[in-house]
Amino acid sequence: MERTISFTLNGKPASVKVDDERMLLWVLRSDLGLTGTKFGCGEALCGACSVIVDKQAVRSCSTPVKDIAGKQVMTIEGLGQNGLHAIQQAFLEHHAFQCGYCTPGMILTAYALLLKTPKPTHDEIIRHMDDNLCRCGAQVRIVDAIQDAAGVAKGGAL
Amino acid sequence: MNQPELNLSRRGFFAAAGSGLFVFFGVNRVNAYQEPARLPQRQNMPADLNAYLRIGADGRVTCFSGKVELGQGPTTALAQLLAEELDVEYNSVDMVLGDTDLCPYDMGTFGSMCIPMFGPALRGAAAEARAVLLQMAAERLQAPVERLQVKAGVVTDPSTPAKRITYAQLVEGKRIERHLANVPLKPVASFTVAAHPARRKDAMDKVTGKGKYAADFAFPGLLHGRVVRPPAHGAKLLSADTSAAEKFGARVVRDGDLLAVLHERPDLADRALGLVKAQFDPPPPTVDDKTIFDHLLKTAPPSRPAGAAGDLTAGEKASTTIVEETYLNGYVAHAPMETHSATANIENGKATVWVSTQAPFSVKPQVAQALGFTPQNVRIIAPYVGGGFGGKSAGPQAVEAARLAKATGKPVQVVWNRAEEFFLDTFRPAAVVKIRAGLTSAGKIAFWDFNVVGAGEREADSFYDIPNKRALSAGGWQGGNPPGMHPFGVGPWRAPSVNTNSFARESHMDVLAARAGIDPLEFRLNHLSNPRLRSVLEAAAKQFGWKPGKAPSGRGVGVACGMYSGACIATMAEVSVNRTTGHVQVKRMVSALDVGWAVNPDGMRQQMEGCLTMGLGYALTEEVHFKDGEVLDRNFGSYELPRFSWLPKIETILIENPGAAALGGGEPPIITVGAVVANAIYDAVGARMLQLPMTPERIAEALKKKG
Repeated sequence: MERTISFTLNGKPASVKVDDERMLLWVLRSDLGLTGTKFGCGEALCGACSVIVDKQAVRSCSTPVKDIAGKQVMTIEGLGQNGLHAIQQAFLEHHAFQCGYCTPGMILTAYALLLKTPKPTHDEIIRHMDDNLCRCGAQVRIVDAIQDAAGVAKGGAL
Repeated sequence: MNQPELNLSRRGFFAAAGSGLFVFFGVNRVNAYQEPARLPQRQNMPADLNAYLRIGADGRVTCFSGKVELGQGPTTALAQLLAEELDVEYNSVDMVLGDTDLCPYDMGTFGSMCIPMFGPALRGAAAEARAVLLQMAAERLQAPVERLQVKAGVVTDPSTPAKRITYAQLVEGKRIERHLANVPLKPVASFTVAAHPARRKDAMDKVTGKGKYAADFAFPGLLHGRVVRPPAHGAKLLSADTSAAEKFGARVVRDGDLLAVLHERPDLADRALGLVKAQFDPPPPTVDDKTIFDHLLKTAPPSRPAGAAGDLTAGEKASTTIVEETYLNGYVAHAPMETHSATANIENGKATVWVSTQAPFSVKPQVAQALGFTPQNVRIIAPYVGGGFGGKSAGPQAVEAARLAKATGKPVQVVWNRAEEFFLDTFRPAAVVKIRAGLTSAGKIAFWDFNVVGAGEREADSFYDIPNKRALSAGGWQGGNPPGMHPFGVGPWRAPSVNTNSFARESHMDVLAARAGIDPLEFRLNHLSNPRLRSVLEAAAKQFGWKPGKAPSGRGVGVACGMYSGACIATMAEVSVNRTTGHVQVKRMVSALDVGWAVNPDGMRQQMEGCLTMGLGYALTEEVHFKDGEVLDRNFGSYELPRFSWLPKIETILIENPGAAALGGGEPPIITVGAVVANAIYDAVGARMLQLPMTPERIAEALKKKG
């Protein structure tokens, strides 16, 4: 059903008049021009399209836009709008990426983890990140970067 | 290669380039600088210059090269080499890659060739530029050139501190063109930028999501094209009813063999595609992922020699034990996270296509031909590419997008979905390797007869010291196979041929070591005089804490080594195996690599970690399932990539040989992964895994058989 969906996008009010069954990924990329969110599999199997909705990492390729009405949505473009976020800084310093295509999804999935669990154990990081795929094999550095970011961002700086 | 066209684009480049110092260089000059014997041989190397270097009056130094950033880091490593030889700040270097209008011809980005082939030429060009600038500075400062020093693009005369001039000042208002001459290069030992870790040039773009990939370019009126695909390779389209898609609001294009729907929104184009009622003639039954190995043996062309020494018959006579095994691997997908993507825009008779490809200059004539345009009116840009691994060596999606743009008169984007990515992939070929080898009573290999079908001949010939040996190869990834041998496209996959051949060779070395009752590391060293291979094995063993033992020792440790494009690699691994489920967890991997010297040591370690992690996929789970031309894997549910929970502890060692040529490292470590895991599994549970991937089912079955 075509209707106007209003939500908060990267801290600012946003609204789109669309078929509300459409998936958030395509509305972000095509209707709103936010291309930092990537298409990888279309079936919530890879995590490249992960965005934050009300503090949770969700798969935007499988989230109908009707489900985000009235919610807070954050994409990679919304993270670190005033300088790099600690997680981005850690990914940068550890070179926790190669081709970079999965990186926005990795960073936002890690962001959701640290919101919930500011000091995750190694096992908690692995478990939380396990459904995000990286073909280049940057996983080992991604884990290091998340651990580092968790150390830096102490005292609720997130 | 099209010489006039190249000159035209060069003229276009200069029209826009303004003042500065330009140095042209080509990889054909590379032999003047490096050990030619160590360089991989390639045919069709263009004879013309392959890159430009510009020093601008703004102080920026720009290198224009047709290479592509796939994540493997050439943007960074090449900038380091340039900054080093030119004596400018690394941060003042900009790399412009993969744009056919701005950059001169480049064959493509594959085969670990950026560093060994392009690197020395780039260093030479930078050294040439530095020499030219110093000469100019000597004139301007009225000081003898020998007395001048350069740091960060500033030339000074230490005897007269007031005498200083920057590169930017030297080139201001001038236009100087030079061709690469034979200027001496700096010794690697004196380097301060290259051979040291560097911050990746693409880091900020990639952590902020600002980096653009081929599907991230948009234009007013952009349409998203979805192509109607057959359900199986070989299926013929009988009829298609597109009325429902049209009613939905999609545009439909039929252009010869191309049938596509287009919509302003990508997801609605998907929906429209789902509304097309297409009838296909199913292809005849052919082969599936179980019967493929017999099929390969039946359909293979005659074997060709890939190496020989001594006399096999004499070797057999000298043997007290003869062991023959057959090693198998299925088809493996590239599965980059970014699927094949292209955005095409035609304006004023000129087509510009942003393409996820490793070879923009090969895509260009294809697009030109498909559109009926002259090549000068086609510009291909490979922006950031979301992983290639050999799978983006062509760019068929660029042709699709361009054809649809021409047909609709609108900019068109084509992004393959994951099922298309699997269906249209040029897989790493399935292969059968038979090895027959004999041992003397002293535990030495008396003969070695290696026969590979399907994978290709690279590294089929063994580097071990074996007096009597032969390597034969039939068919491979390069094409030229008999029709139907491989039932779908095959192509280069990270270290083509060599994953298959190394898995077989290194597995069989362990089989022989076990027969001889000798520790597998010792057995290798007993047959190895190559000092660089010995040193990587010894370095890995030291770091790993390898304790000699006869396999299976129950410890679950394994070793494998190999060579790729001159680089030497050894990997050791420790695994645990669940004897009930067959599940394998790789707990630790230690890998030592000798690439001469690493231009960016941190980048090299990234490549090693990436290879070891990615390699676990082909070792443990990755195998394309198919039947009668239908690719049954359509997404990551059935085709399992390595994930975080698989991660072993990874330790990487770089062996430094500063006197040797710098080689590429994006491929070598992956060649060891299949065998090192197989050997560690054998050491853990005594089951010899002869087929990749070593799935839990296959391991459980092998354990059951073993009893």
